[in-house]
Amino acid sequence: MAKQRVLITGISRFLGGHLARRLEQDPDVGEIFGVDLEPPSVELARTEFVRADIRNPLIVKVLQATEVDTLVHAAVIATPGRAGGRAQMKEINVTSHPRTGYAKDAWEVENYARSFGRRRPDVGLTILRFANFIGPQIDTPLTRYFSLPVVPTALGFDPRIQLLHEDDAIEILVRATREQHPGTFNASGDGVVYLSQALRMAGKIAVPIATPFMNLLGSAVRQTGLVDFSPEQLQFLQWGRVGDVHRLKTMFGYTPRYTTTEALRDFITRSKLAKVFSEEQAEQWEKDLYDFLARLSRRRSAPDAAKV
Amino acid sequence: MAGAEVIRIQDGRRADPQLCRGRTADGRPCRNRAGASGYCKRHEPGAGRAATPAPSRFEADLERALAFLRRRVTGAYAIDDFGFDPDLTENVLLPILRPLFDRWWRVEQRGLENIPASGPALLVSNHSGTLPLDALMMKLAIYEGTGRHCRLLAADLPFRLPFVGEIARKSGNTLACAEDSTRLLDAGEIVGVFPEGYKGIGKPFRERYKLQRFGRGGFVEVALRTGAPMIPVSIVGAEEIFPMIYNVKPLARLLGFPYFPVTPTFPALGLLGAIPLPSKWIIEYGEPIQTAPFTPDAALDPMFVFNLTDQVREAIQQTLYKNLMSRRSVFF
Repeated sequence: MAKQRVLITGISRFLGGHLARRLEQDPDVGEIFGVDLEPPSVELARTEFVRADIRNPLIVKVLQATEVDTLVHAAVIATPGRAGGRAQMKEINVTSHPRTGYAKDAWEVENYARSFGRRRPDVGLTILRFANFIGPQIDTPLTRYFSLPVVPTALGFDPRIQLLHEDDAIEILVRATREQHPGTFNASGDGVVYLSQALRMAGKIAVPIATPFMNLLGSAVRQTGLVDFSPEQLQFLQWGRVGDVHRLKTMFGYTPRYTTTEALRDFITRSKLAKVFSEEQAEQWEKDLYDFLARLSRRRSAPDAAKV
Repeated sequence: MAGAEVIRIQDGRRADPQLCRGRTADGRPCRNRAGASGYCKRHEPGAGRAATPAPSRFEADLERALAFLRRRVTGAYAIDDFGFDPDLTENVLLPILRPLFDRWWRVEQRGLENIPASGPALLVSNHSGTLPLDALMMKLAIYEGTGRHCRLLAADLPFRLPFVGEIARKSGNTLACAEDSTRLLDAGEIVGVFPEGYKGIGKPFRERYKLQRFGRGGFVEVALRTGAPMIPVSIVGAEEIFPMIYNVKPLARLLGFPYFPVTPTFPALGLLGAIPLPSKWIIEYGEPIQTAPFTPDAALDPMFVFNLTDQVREAIQQTLYKNLMSRRSVFF
């Protein structure tokens, strides 16, 4: 049987790069091509880098010339900052008139993919809807958000969030590439955490901000370029996002190794986040406070006892 | 001290002979330094107790409260997929409601034996009172009576509101939709539903204790699909807490609320009008209506669903009338 030939878009990014690296180690995978405008950030041995713009119709030539049988579109951009702004991000993700946000893009990409699937039933099509990635290596708006010393949150709102560890994300991509898993799957670690809870686990101080002011603050922070607060992420801070991962486990056949909480803990310990306070400190405070208050109450009741 | 040794909370530290071998009230290893006996002063067994007085109730409470605070501060608590936070609910949210339950409305429960000790059940209740305090009282009643948590299904509005939505989620409630209720029942939870919705809670005072239309019977379909028994719940007393004499519809539309109530005290007395009247409450749980004998396909038959809906509705209405008669007055 002929070896699998794979083309990966978005090879310069974390997931694309690491997927290529994993596939390189697989003897059953033949040639691997990586398309992007920038060279890969991960060191790759036998992947061929093709500098091309997927917005350009010439990409069809690349597809024909490489004669691939598997295409992994890992270049859906959820982070407008790096791609040079929202309008451009839109054009990379799909080519039509912008309406709102990444969710809309993702939805349109899915629709394109699905209609393609209908036209070509002979091609297996897997659509993965990833939860927010987290882990010690991956760089996302969420990991940068957790790296802030003081973290803004939406006053009166505590979103539930689901997280997928970077190792699990790569594993799922590898399996989707190597095996046949037609269908659409939500991909996330088991369980959810509240944003407030996640911040406390990370030892961060949350500063709740009234939602009408959040957009103002968001654009102010965006100007500094330190952290990217798009209206999309502000929405996320208010409502969060939770999906049912049942199908991933039963039909896709993969249960992520890290639950949402475990993924978060791994990120917190291995990326060495600067904690404002640690769990040990909290325990010490608990003990000190107990000793102090208990002694206080004893001292109050002791003189009464002496009188009797 | 520069060379201070950090001691992990894992099993390894058990071996440390310098630390007390006792356990704190919440079961964690004690972190105090041990004396000659291997225990600290507080956990010294037997003879030591005479020298240092046994922990008083205050101290036990203090220890529990501080342990709770530590869990909150470090995020060391678990929630489920719906956002239910039992630690917060049991230690803060429900205790806040207890005075209302015990003193203000003196809630009396009947038919608690009809609620299963384990496994799924769909509680179907009447809804009244302008604000959904009847739902909160039902939640607390079930917890007091059985130790189980009732997961309420609510409209979209509360979940969109700041603070309210957050607390609604954390106390274990979720949106009234077939997907969520099916998942909860399949997981063996008690689910509470108010099929009258806004029509029930926002009805004028003159229509008190008259059950409104029961939606399309979506709750019956869910019960049939999951095989969970339906338990009719009749709440007497909530109708009188905020008697709505007029509904300012244009104002409600402007604010995006389903109704804008005028009661004898609200908005005339301002914030004082938000104090509910201290009516006497009776919550009765009726005989379970079993759905397990029917096949899940029965949910596809609209006539069958309608009849079952009507049966539940009738059961609640009859119990309401019966308990209204048995109540001496609105307030006693």
